[in-house]
Amino acid sequence: MPALLRNYGIVAAIAVLIAVLPLILPSTFYLRIAALVFIFSIAVLGLNLLMGFAGQVSLGHAGFFGIGAYAVAIGPTHLGIPSWVALIAGVTLAGLLAFVVGRPILRLKGHYLAVATLGMGLLIAMVFTNEARWTGGPDGMPVPRLQLFDWTARGSITWYWISGVTLVIASLIAVNLIASPTGRALRAIHDSEVASKVLGIDVARYKLLAFVLSAIYAALAGAYLALFDGLVTPATAGFLRSIEFVTMAVLGGLGSILGSIVGAAILTVLPQVLTVFHDYEHIALGLIMIVFMIFLRAGTVPSLAALFSRKSS
Amino acid sequence: MAEFLQFLFSGLTIGAIYALVALGFTLIYNASDVINFAQGEFVMIGGMVTFFAVAAGVPLPLAVLLAVTIAVLVGLCLYGFAIRPARNATAVTLIIITIGASIFLRGVAAIVFDKNFHSYPGFAGTAPLQIGGASVLPQSLVVLIGCGAIVLALWLLMSKTLVGKAIIATAANKAAAQLVGVNTGWIIALSFAASAAIGAIGGILATPITLTNYDVGTLLALKGFAAAMLGGMGNPLGAVAGGLIVGLLESFGAGYLSSAYKDAIAFVVILAVLFVMPQGLFGRASVERV
Repeated sequence: MPALLRNYGIVAAIAVLIAVLPLILPSTFYLRIAALVFIFSIAVLGLNLLMGFAGQVSLGHAGFFGIGAYAVAIGPTHLGIPSWVALIAGVTLAGLLAFVVGRPILRLKGHYLAVATLGMGLLIAMVFTNEARWTGGPDGMPVPRLQLFDWTARGSITWYWISGVTLVIASLIAVNLIASPTGRALRAIHDSEVASKVLGIDVARYKLLAFVLSAIYAALAGAYLALFDGLVTPATAGFLRSIEFVTMAVLGGLGSILGSIVGAAILTVLPQVLTVFHDYEHIALGLIMIVFMIFLRAGTVPSLAALFSRKSS
Repeated sequence: MAEFLQFLFSGLTIGAIYALVALGFTLIYNASDVINFAQGEFVMIGGMVTFFAVAAGVPLPLAVLLAVTIAVLVGLCLYGFAIRPARNATAVTLIIITIGASIFLRGVAAIVFDKNFHSYPGFAGTAPLQIGGASVLPQSLVVLIGCGAIVLALWLLMSKTLVGKAIIATAANKAAAQLVGVNTGWIIALSFAASAAIGAIGGILATPITLTNYDVGTLLALKGFAAAMLGGMGNPLGAVAGGLIVGLLESFGAGYLSSAYKDAIAFVVILAVLFVMPQGLFGRASVERV
């Protein structure tokens, strides 16, 4: 199984990179950016399972991201439960919600699926904006630090390690899933739903599985970001966040584990770099998105991989 | 009754704007299979250019002409520099390109113009009319009449002219249209230009009521997209109906149920409709071939 071995190799390379990076990075500012990249990578990895492998688009994944984020804010503040319990509860809740809405939504195809997931995401974000008694309304609310027994998770380096290790585990799960019969079924659905159905694949069940799994990844990433930032606002669950996730997945490369991380890295680091352009920041960001998608239209990682394999052969 | 009429008029007005945005989505989608998320930016360009031209002393009719011209040029550039080089790319890739274009255009607008909200007086006076106890801005009627005129003009173009037939042929089957001598590249460019013009006119008409700023396009694109899908993607009349329905749902929802959840009501209805009719209200079922 060369594909599986290659994927394990990629995960191992990611793990080594995460382990070595703190030795190279000059200040905690860079560690903070790296931690953000890892957190977004987890969400994009899940979305890539849905989009890149099962071939189903979602413009509402920030909704699940927001559920994870608000769970670790509301749980300790209003319900008095510890952060880590709230985190598990939030991730479970997002998975359950995906399970319940997934069946009717995933019957839709193409752009209809896009608008339905968009609507779902907007509805979740609206609840966070309007239920001010619980969520602090449009201004958002502070998030208490993650505490395990006597130890409090704070600072960029701590979250660098937490998010880095989680990313490696999440990648391993994704790689194993892709190589399993489930992964083959998902790819078959991507190629042709009718053909998969004829071959006896339970299309609805596998689509739902990918949807629930991607929701869980997104919620976990959302909880991490909220705990790391110490603040959560409705923008966490907003439409622009959803679009950002989709753009990260497509920019890095649909159907590529490494692509998820590269995509997340590009769109996280780029705005930091572009701040030197001040007012021209958005112009540059828009232009870069267009140019990338025109010239690397299969996504950065697959396009470059194809380029190198053509050169070497 | 007066209350009902009030909600009806405001719903129709905002619905007419959504209908124009949805119509723009439909035109471009039919010609090129692209969902253009920069559609809301045409509305923004229409309003912003008109305001700044009028503020600079340009007479209103000239300012309107200028705004539509600039929007059309932007639409043609969008096609020529961003969409055309990426043809044959997947649908999601093309969507990302149009989102990139919308971020780019918003960034340009924030620099060329500014980040404030702007408005100008309505074209038919500002004193509200009393209709059945409801007070209606004259500009609302201008919006409705303008929207109706555009739909009529588009219908005439599609059904009575050779160009319209070529557009319909391109939408139905691009290869077959090319075979019978339709210059499909030209037709797609024309669709982008027409779509930009319709969006800009929508923005010009709506600005006295809704105000405009560099960022106004995002939400309009969302609502217009949702309206187009509600009507059934690719169906121009469905787009208009979808736009009006979303506008009315918002207005009545805000009036009778909850103003905080007015957007939610529209999307709950859209989700409910799609669950029952997965092809939208007026869309045709498609068959997947293997």
